[in-house]
Amino acid sequence: MSATHTFLDRLEERIANRRESATTPEPSWVTARRQAGAARFEALGFPTRRDEAWKYTDVRRISEGDFALAQDADFSPSTAATLVLPLDAIRLSFVDGVFSAELSDMASLPEGLGVEPLSRAMSTNHESVGGSLGRLAGVEFSPFTALNTAFADEGAVIRIGSGVVVEKPILVQFFSRANAQPVMSHPRVLIEAGARSQATVIEHYVGEEDAANFTNVVSEVLLERGAILSHYILQEASLQDAHIGSLHVDQGRDSRFTSFNINLGGALVRNDLVADLNAENAEANYYGLFFAQGRQHVDNHTLVNHNAPHTFSNENYKGILGDRARGVFNGKVIVKRDSQKIEAHQSNANLLLSDRAEIDTKPELEIYADDVKCSHGATTGQLDEEAVFALRTRGIDEQTARGLLTLAFAGEVMDKVTLDTVAERVERAVAGKLPERFNLGDLVDVATADQA
Amino acid sequence: MATEEMEQLVRREYTQGFVTDIESDTVPPGLDESVIAFISQKKGEPQWMLEWRLEAYHQWLKMKEPSWAHLNYPPIDYQGISYYSAPKKPEDRPQSLDEVDPKLLETYEKLGIPLHERAALAGVAVDAVFDSVSVTTTFKEKLGEAGVIFCSISEAIREYPELVKKYLGTVVPQGDNFFAALNSAVFTDGSFVFVPEGVTCPMELSTYFRINAANTGQFERTLIICEKQAQVSYLEGCTAPQRDENQLHAAIVELVALEDAYIKYSTVQNWYPGDEDGKGGIYNFVTKRADCRGDRSKVSWTQVETGSAITWKYPSCLLRGKDSVGEFYSVAVTNGRQQADTGTKMIHIGEGTKSTIVSKGISAGNSEQSYRGLVKIGPRAKGARNFTQCDSLLIGDRSGAHTFPYQEIGNSSATVEHEATTSKIGEDQLFYCRQRGISEEDAVNMIVNGFCKDVFQELPMEFAVEAEALLNVTLEGAVG
Repeated sequence: MSATHTFLDRLEERIANRRESATTPEPSWVTARRQAGAARFEALGFPTRRDEAWKYTDVRRISEGDFALAQDADFSPSTAATLVLPLDAIRLSFVDGVFSAELSDMASLPEGLGVEPLSRAMSTNHESVGGSLGRLAGVEFSPFTALNTAFADEGAVIRIGSGVVVEKPILVQFFSRANAQPVMSHPRVLIEAGARSQATVIEHYVGEEDAANFTNVVSEVLLERGAILSHYILQEASLQDAHIGSLHVDQGRDSRFTSFNINLGGALVRNDLVADLNAENAEANYYGLFFAQGRQHVDNHTLVNHNAPHTFSNENYKGILGDRARGVFNGKVIVKRDSQKIEAHQSNANLLLSDRAEIDTKPELEIYADDVKCSHGATTGQLDEEAVFALRTRGIDEQTARGLLTLAFAGEVMDKVTLDTVAERVERAVAGKLPERFNLGDLVDVATADQA
Repeated sequence: MATEEMEQLVRREYTQGFVTDIESDTVPPGLDESVIAFISQKKGEPQWMLEWRLEAYHQWLKMKEPSWAHLNYPPIDYQGISYYSAPKKPEDRPQSLDEVDPKLLETYEKLGIPLHERAALAGVAVDAVFDSVSVTTTFKEKLGEAGVIFCSISEAIREYPELVKKYLGTVVPQGDNFFAALNSAVFTDGSFVFVPEGVTCPMELSTYFRINAANTGQFERTLIICEKQAQVSYLEGCTAPQRDENQLHAAIVELVALEDAYIKYSTVQNWYPGDEDGKGGIYNFVTKRADCRGDRSKVSWTQVETGSAITWKYPSCLLRGKDSVGEFYSVAVTNGRQQADTGTKMIHIGEGTKSTIVSKGISAGNSEQSYRGLVKIGPRAKGARNFTQCDSLLIGDRSGAHTFPYQEIGNSSATVEHEATTSKIGEDQLFYCRQRGISEEDAVNMIVNGFCKDVFQELPMEFAVEAEALLNVTLEGAVG
């Protein structure tokens, strides 16, 4: 029996066990959709290196693993406190995919904003979710979205009303516990941004050091006319976690979507970002940073579809790879026929810190219109020895010099981050991970003190 | 802009389309072991060569036609193709130009390549391949003095079997890919060049490939070997007569560069691209690969691709020797319904290896063009360096330009850079030229030629002139 079947059978059995205890049966459209997802996953099977989209990524860690389903959301608040982002935010928390009311904070939602766990949205008014859920991320996209469609039963539903400006960031936290048996979760995130609304949403993946779970998340984001959304993926999962995620964005006229995709953790990470620019003057910005070490494997696939004229996209991904880590970047821009007056720029720069690290990058353009300005660039290299030397002449020791230059390399992306808490946390994490492990904290503290 | 004028020029007939009527010695369509045996026998090949071909054929039978390229064409019926065609009297080859079939000479005249004149004036030795058999080879004596062997591959198999045996298939193995396997089984002719140690080839070598005789595939095989410190510049140019039936062309070019050797391989390809509906036209599936075996060896590919209905071609370099260098300069122009999926592979294996890729793509009309490239840096390639620039120019809103650059980097001391842009000819650029009294037509030519300059200056002089003319003919007035 193939890995796919074993995986599916085992999962179905576990899901059935869990649902038996449920009091209300699921609406029929949910059941139908689950069946479609399961059937599609069964037909596709786990991707292999023969699939072009998975050419550099081996998912056997997942397909050959045995993952249970979490039964509860017990998590020590003190541990959680050490992991969370210290932000004044609206919080929605999940522990191994199970909603935790205790760790969430949705007390004072501004008018016109709805934030609730998917399970609650489904039980209170499932019709209102039905239309948009699954609209962007169909079962065709990848075996993992199919799997998510089949088994997602928790997640976040965020609805921002027309003209609503949400001041506080909306933080969706996914905690991963160190379980005796690894668990899996298939969360689904739905964000609907109404016309001319503004908000910031953070998906934060974090967990205990020894956690070795599998997260398979699918996010769908709808931006209506003139909506502005900043979306963060801050992935700091444990170094044994497997993380597969896809983000699907549908943009209306004059909308602006900015994505920050920051990956620091995980043993096996794959992110897919897909934005459809469906009406004039829509704009998508993708900023990404990945830092992998040890034997981490981080794969980022991005796609921008310019489906309408006068649409803009800009992308900048930076990768830092040490030890025997492997990074993959695949950026694709498609300009549809008659989508004239397009500007699309894409750049990927990678820094290799070790001889055994590997990066496979592929920036692609597929263009079917002529009045376009498109460019892409990819570079891979090492720290500039002359820059190191320049710092050394100023009395900075070699380790600090290399550390500073590495941070500066990441800085180009981090400069775009508007949430200082996130930027600072990432910078500290990057500094802490450097082979030189110089103490950036001191430098930051000194700088802060100077400013004060 | 002057749409009528534009259309007129775009619709311009393929000026080099004509068919020379020479009675061919052709086998009936179809491919099996007996056809391969027939080819081998016809060529007077030794037994080992026949076995080599059959081995390739058996591998081919197990292979599937690749479908990953960004190309769209009806399935090819490999049993509907005739695999051998040669001008009559192959045993009785002409000894000098005077003996050459006057009709053939006429063909060259029409193409604007007066063989003798050109050879004499430009100092170029021409190994003209007319269909599948080398008809004439010039300057052999002069090359002989220098110790350079320049002959058809069939002759090389007969005359220098040891050399052929040693190198044939070592760069592109029989089972390398579907089209390479097919070629290995049925190749009928091509060129063989051997430059011995320390010799700089006294002249540029050139072969004009011609496809003729309706319904025959052309399976050329070229093998160039440069020993230590040897140098050669090789020119390949192609045109083909107009016809309705698709012609399959699956060539292989193998280059071997030993220590300090330098091979420059230039191509101007102008095969029949099909009519305005995309009917007819050559299917061009080529495997070109260079093996930089020796330290400090260098291979430079330069290509100007304006023809063919379908182009599937990735001239590559295996940079094995320490400090070896690979270069790829390409201009590809597609118009009408042409489709091209082309690019290069630079495989850095040795320390300090360097590669440069400059690719310029121009797509007009309803054509589709893709750059597909791979830069691979192996773990032992310390200090390897690559620079890639691929730019696309779009002319007309029905054309497509795509880039698929793969980079696989496994060494931290490597530096790899890739840049690509896609745009159309700027209105402001055109306006600037127009206000200085330059006609729109000339302005476009200037801009396009400027766009391609980086590549053209890599071409040998006489080729560069030809290439510029070719480009202008292909694109004149295609801008709107």
